[in-house]
Formats: sequence, C-alpha cells, structure tokens
Amino acid sequence: MAETNFPTATAYPEGAERLSEEQREAMRGEPPFAEAPPTDSRLVRALKEAGITAGLIAVLTVFFFAFKTDIAAGGLALTADPIQWIVWIAIAFVGRFVLSYLVFANDKPTVGGWKKITAATAGWPVGKVIGAILLLVALTLPFLLSTFLPSQNRYLLDLSILILTYVMLGWGLNIVVGLAGLLDLGYVAFYAVGAYSFALLATNFDLGFWVCLPMAGLFAALWGVMLGFPVLRLRGDYLAIVTLAFGEIIRVVLLNWANFTGGPNGILGIPKPTLFGLEFNRGAGSFSDFFGIPYSPIQRFIFLYYIILALALLTNFVTMRMRKLPVGRAWEALREDEIACRSLGINTVNVKLTAFATGAMFGGFAGSFFATRQGFISPESFTFIESAIILAIVVLGGLGSQLGVVIASVVMIGGIELLRNLTGLQAIFGAGFDPTEYRMLIFGLAMVLIMVWKPRGLVSTRSPSAIYKAKKKIGADLVAQGEGH
Amino acid sequence: MSAAQSILLASEPLLAIRGVETFYGKIQALRGVDVEVHRGEIVTLIGANGAGKSTLMMTICGNPQARAGQIVYNGKDITHLPTHDIMSMSIAQSPEGRRVFPRMTVMENLQMGAILEDDKHFEDDLKRVFTLFPRLKERRGQRGGTLSGGEQQMLAIGRALMSRPKLLLLDEPSLGLAPLVVKQIFEVIRELNANEGLTVFLVEQNAFHALRLAHRGYVMVNGAITMAGTGRELLAREEVRSAYLEGGAH
Repeated sequence: MAETNFPTATAYPEGAERLSEEQREAMRGEPPFAEAPPTDSRLVRALKEAGITAGLIAVLTVFFFAFKTDIAAGGLALTADPIQWIVWIAIAFVGRFVLSYLVFANDKPTVGGWKKITAATAGWPVGKVIGAILLLVALTLPFLLSTFLPSQNRYLLDLSILILTYVMLGWGLNIVVGLAGLLDLGYVAFYAVGAYSFALLATNFDLGFWVCLPMAGLFAALWGVMLGFPVLRLRGDYLAIVTLAFGEIIRVVLLNWANFTGGPNGILGIPKPTLFGLEFNRGAGSFSDFFGIPYSPIQRFIFLYYIILALALLTNFVTMRMRKLPVGRAWEALREDEIACRSLGINTVNVKLTAFATGAMFGGFAGSFFATRQGFISPESFTFIESAIILAIVVLGGLGSQLGVVIASVVMIGGIELLRNLTGLQAIFGAGFDPTEYRMLIFGLAMVLIMVWKPRGLVSTRSPSAIYKAKKKIGADLVAQGEGH
Repeated sequence: MSAAQSILLASEPLLAIRGVETFYGKIQALRGVDVEVHRGEIVTLIGANGAGKSTLMMTICGNPQARAGQIVYNGKDITHLPTHDIMSMSIAQSPEGRRVFPRMTVMENLQMGAILEDDKHFEDDLKRVFTLFPRLKERRGQRGGTLSGGEQQMLAIGRALMSRPKLLLLDEPSLGLAPLVVKQIFEVIRELNANEGLTVFLVEQNAFHALRLAHRGYVMVNGAITMAGTGRELLAREEVRSAYLEGGAH
C-alpha cells in the first residue's frame, strides 16, 4: 500500500504528482468506491445493440417499406408490404450485430492483423512489388482477356481503357493536388480543352491523332497557365472555388459557342488513331491486311488500350522524374509551406504555373485520347461530376501516391461498372430491384467507408524523395500529424 | 580590427536600410527605420512584441515592400525587387516560427535550402551543416514536423546556410526554446561569424542573449529605432535594462 500511495523520497516531488495523476486517470475522476459498470458478454451486448438498431429501423421505416400506395380507381389504394419491411429490419439487425460483435466490441483494433502483416513485410518494398505486378498485368491484359474470358473480352477491354483513362487523369491531377497542394476542382476543363483541340484540329484540318496529341497537350497546358495567372494569389478554399468556376466556364462556352464547337450537338466523325498510317478496319491498307492476319474489331480496342497505357505510363514516368528534380521538390515544398518557399528564394508564381501547366498537359493528352476513342464529343462529357470523380480518385488513393491512384481508379471506375451488373441482389429485393438505381448510393457509402477506414487515402505512406543512405517509409499516422495547414 | 578595415566597413555597409516605411493597409508599421549591417558583423534588433521587428525583416525580403525609403544590399537597391530575386542574392533567411517543411525529411529540407544552387557544393555544404548541428545528421531521415523545437530551429538555420549566404537573417531563433538550446544555437551563430566571417542580422526578443552575442544592436519601439550602439553599451543602458531585461517593467 505504502509503495503505491505514497511516493518514496527519491521520487518526490515529480514522482508524487505523477502518481496521483495516474491514480486520478485510472479512476476517471470517479471516487474509488464507484461500482464497475456491469459487463455483459460480447455476444449479449452485440445482440442487445442489434435489437435496438432493428427496433429503430422498424419504427423509422414502417411508413416507407411496410405500406405502399398505388393509384387505383377512385383514389389511392393502400397495400401492405410487410415482407420488404421485415427484410430491411433483418438487414439492420444482422449488420449491427456483425459490427458490434466483430468490430466495435474488440479492445484490439480490427486492423491488427493487417498491421502484423505489414510489420512482417516492413523490409520489403511492397509498393514496388505491387507496382511491378500491376504493370505486368496491365501489359499482358489484352492477351489474358482473350485467353481466359473470350466471351466478355470486348466489354472488359473497353472497361480497362476507361479505367486507364482515369488513372492517367488521376496521375495528372495528382501533380496539381497531391504534389503542389493546389486544390483544383475544375480539372475536367483541361480534359475538355484537350478533347476539343484534337477534335477541332482533326475535323477542320484533317490532321491525325498523333499530330494532334502533342498540340492538344500544349493547348491544355496553355490554358493551365491562363488559369494559373489569376488564381496564383488564392489558396485553399478560394482556389477551389475559382477552379470550379473555370471548369464550368469552359463547359458553358463549349455549349454556347455553337458555330465553333458545334454546341450541344458536339463534334462527330473524329478520326481513329492509326499505327504508322495503318488503319484498323476491313479492307486494303489496314492493319490486318498489312500483317496478313484476319480482321477482327477487337484489334482496334487492343491498340487503343496500348495507347492509353503508354500515355498513362508516360504521365507516371514524368511525374516520378519531376519529383526528383528541383521543380518537383519545389512543388512538394509549396504544398508544405509557401512562406518558407519564398524565404528560400523560390519563385512561387513560376512553381505554381509549372504545376498547373504540367497537370493540364496530361489532362489534355487524356482528353484527346478520349475524343479519338469515342469518335464523338459533346460538352455533356465534361461536367463537374468528372472533376469530382478524378479528385475523389486522387484523394481516396492517398494524396501524392502514384500507386494509390491506380488502386482507387480500379475501385471507383471498376466498382461503378460492377454495380451495374449486380443482378444477384434481385433475389433479395425482388424482381423490381434495379441495381443501377442504387449504384451511386452504394458508391457513396463505399467512399465514406474508405475514408473512415483510411482517412489519409488507400496508400497513405509516403517515401521521401531524397534518400540519404537508408530508405525510410513515413507512416500514415505521421503523415497525418505533419499536416502543416 | 585595424583602422583601415573599420574605415572600409564604415564606408560600404553590406545591408543599408534608410528611412524605410512599411504599411499594412493604412496602418504604418515602420516609421523611417535606419539600420546598417557591415560585413562580418552580428547586428541585432531588439524590441517588444509588435514593435515591428519582424516587419523590418519581411520588408528586407520584399514581402511586404517598403512604401518609402531604400534598402541597399551589397551596393544594389533591392527595395522594389520581388522576394525570390532578393533571396537569390546570397541572402538567406531563417523565418519567424522556423517554418521547416513538416512532411519532408531533414535531408529534403536541406535540399530545399540548396534548391537555387548547383549540385557541386551540395555535399560540402551538407557536411558543414552536419558539423555545425550534429543532431541534424542523426535525424536526417526524420520528418521536419516530428523534430523538437530546437532541432527545427537548427534545421531552419541549416537550411538557410545551404544556399551559401553572405548575409544571414535570423528572425527570433530563440522563440519557444529552452534556455539551454538557445545557448547552443547562439553559440553556433557566434562560431559561424567568428570562423567564417558570416554577416548576421538577428531579430530577437531575448534581448540579453542577443545583445551579448551581437557586435552592435538597435532597439525598436513602435516601428522606429530609438537606440543604437554596441551590444555591450546597450546592455549597460538603464532604459534597455528596465524595458527588456528586467521583466519588461518601465
């Protein structure tokens, strides 16, 4: 007793204070005779909580699910639909039970297992291994698909092209948002500029994809600089608002400048890319004719797939190189502390402009690829939701992480597509259930869950660009701590 | 110091601030400030909170720019140059509040200091900073944001030194640091000045330490210089002692 309650002479006075503090902590301000709260077993507690949740759902949804009004002769007819009501209550009960029993009740964090795995493989360059595997899969994907999934080959290839487009856009935006820390809500504007530059050049001057691609990139970069100039003074929320407005301005101009852009009718007949002049169609002078292989429409998709893969890899390569150059380092420093940057003699205006221009250029490349893939573009393809999705990819992936962008793109774009095909849910919710209607709801829920689970994005660790002898990873918790705004 | 040398020093200061007036909107923060910093000197500017010390520091860096008066560095008028041009003229600043890049490692922070230099000197400069601050060498892989206050201040000074400055501007390096750490940092400043002849302009609230370190000092009150003299002189003066050394009571 004496040892715990009274400090020894040597530990006095700090020791005494600390001890009493510890005791107060342990009691949480309660007098020591307070009864311990009754502790149910985990199962009972989980059942109780699930029961409460189910009851709540039953009360809240009784008018929404249990009864239905239909238009009948002479007014509305009330029909009871208790089955649906009970199904929802059951879902709530089971869901809450699982959460309470498995997730909330644990004293240890649920992700402990994962932590063990990551700790065991801490010495490994996990990111590099995953990256290499993904690259290998990406490079061989068209052949894997035609070998293993010939029936859905074309659909899946098309989806992969879409995902890769977003990977590229995400990498492009990552330069602006992830590295330079400039929140850009109007990235789709550069995508649109690229697409329209290519489409207009191609249809008016009969230029091919490969000639127009760099021009489209340059145009987009130019627009990046033009946007950059007026917004350089702005930061954070204000910058976001201005870029948002810029994205909308571009779209509205495209919509209303009808004699130049075709207005809401868009631009038709955008040429397809060629392989050194070889077209992908039936007939003389085509790809299949030249190589003496039978024509198949899938060839063009494979070609498009490799184009976007090459473009995306180019974006990645340039970004990785840039990060090691002074300008890339200056981007990162700018994200951390603008005033410190200025005190080091960095021209923050130029640094911001290069970030905007570089990001915009890759957006422009992606845009012209989009135009050539679709063959038709209209302002409808460049709405704010596109910017939002690209930004979501960057944020969900973990700001500044290249691998994170890839994973987030696959999850988001692939996930949206996957939800289109969840016809299996009809078995639960009845034949009238249309999964596409709930697509955005489920999607939103998934985003919330990811942010709860990994608030700093999927890949939240960051490898320093500068390495002195040993390489060291920076953990997510530290990244979170060090946020300097 | 020989007589000839002192004449040379007196004739052409490295940094001359003449009649500088700075405004924040309509509010006048500096009212005709005159300060001279000669080559090889440590000059300190002391004053109470809000006297305009940091404003003067920022005005030297061109952010905000002086509305009246002139700032001459190394024979060049820099009053109306943009910040990045001023900072690339071998002036380096360790800004108030240190402002290390929190998510970048110590190494990356130091690299940022040398971002305008070519790579040739990098290893030498790095070695020099690591010799001055062995602690930074230990922590080179650690992120700036996780360093202690004293280490961050060392990093801020080290980062400034990476650009091989002729003039080092230090804005309150003792801010929020333990007395022992302040002593260490001031000792490094003294070494830099004595061994390498680095010119230092030091803005401080910690008047006692600053005046003991500095060759000359200025006292600023309400945006104007009220006293000037050698560090020793100022330390001995009754007004300085009562206002800045003994609890700030007038």
